[in-house]
Amino acid sequence: MIAAFALLLAFQLAGEALRVALHLPVPGPVIGMALLLVWLVMRRGPDEPLRHTAGNLLQNLSLMFVPAGTGVMLHIGRLTDEAWPIAVALVASTVLGLAATGLTLHLLTRNRSSGENQ
Amino acid sequence: MNPGSMTEIWVYLSTQPLLWLTLTLAAYLVAIALHRKSGGHPAVNPVLISVAILVCLLMATGTPYQRYFDGAQFVHFLLGPTTVALAVPLHAQFKRLLAMGGPILIALVVGSLVAGLSAYAIGALLGASAPTVASLAPKSVTTPIAMGIAERLGGLASLTAVFVILTGIFGAIFADGLLRRLGVKDEASVGFALGLAAHGIGTARAFQLSEQTGAFAALAMGLNGLFTAITLPWLLPLLAPLLK
Repeated sequence: MIAAFALLLAFQLAGEALRVALHLPVPGPVIGMALLLVWLVMRRGPDEPLRHTAGNLLQNLSLMFVPAGTGVMLHIGRLTDEAWPIAVALVASTVLGLAATGLTLHLLTRNRSSGENQ
Repeated sequence: MNPGSMTEIWVYLSTQPLLWLTLTLAAYLVAIALHRKSGGHPAVNPVLISVAILVCLLMATGTPYQRYFDGAQFVHFLLGPTTVALAVPLHAQFKRLLAMGGPILIALVVGSLVAGLSAYAIGALLGASAPTVASLAPKSVTTPIAMGIAERLGGLASLTAVFVILTGIFGAIFADGLLRRLGVKDEASVGFALGLAAHGIGTARAFQLSEQTGAFAALAMGLNGLFTAITLPWLLPLLAPLLK
């Protein structure tokens, strides 16, 4: 488990180093995720400890957002002052984003699989 | 034990990272228990419940957020390695992802532009202040990317983090019901929409649905972060004059 955790941290570190060196607009952990994916493709999959550790962490992904989410208390003033435009913008754009993405992928892949069936 | 020494113990503990770290985990365990009890209902969102419990505790005890974060930062730190760990479910779906490469890229461009530009346009048209509007635009993107984009657009990084979290919670609660009503039920499309529009919190919700849904959400989150970071900073200046 420690070896798998060290591996995840090493890829995050590599991602951070690459971000700083190449002035990339993407955060280090996301670059680390891409690097680990390449590594897993080359190695034909994760070993058991890595699969286990990754599974445990991802099962509790919600927990990792709690400290940042609690920061909502710092902005309660602005959130209540501009409650109406903020609420409408967040709700409407999220609904539109979900619908546009889901429908696009659904329609494109449905046509494709029905094409394969013919 | 007399009340005086109770106060002393509280004064000591409330300044220690241990107390707020423990309470963060405890609030999360309560939220998870409620989530299970509800049969995994999306409205009983673990992030929402944990945050609500902690904000109430912090306000009731008059604890500043910074002191809370001194303890909670250890949990916050795990977000990094956990993001890296998303490569494992991505790898498990790698063949399907490659086979769907074209549709995935089209859905990425459509969804990313709709989510980002509509937030900006609606906020601006309803008269939100300039820093609020600039902080709204990147709200579908994972927190660290969104904060970087907002700063470049003249927004407030910490306010963006709040919008990102609120978007994630809202998306996680309503996505599967909304998509089902639109006839979108396949795991790939539901997962990709959740990750694109509601980033990590949507991805956490997607993993509650199935591992395959989660993998597509993780992919969408990463791709949308990259795409938005590249396109939004030069797209918004083009759009801004149209809304004035």
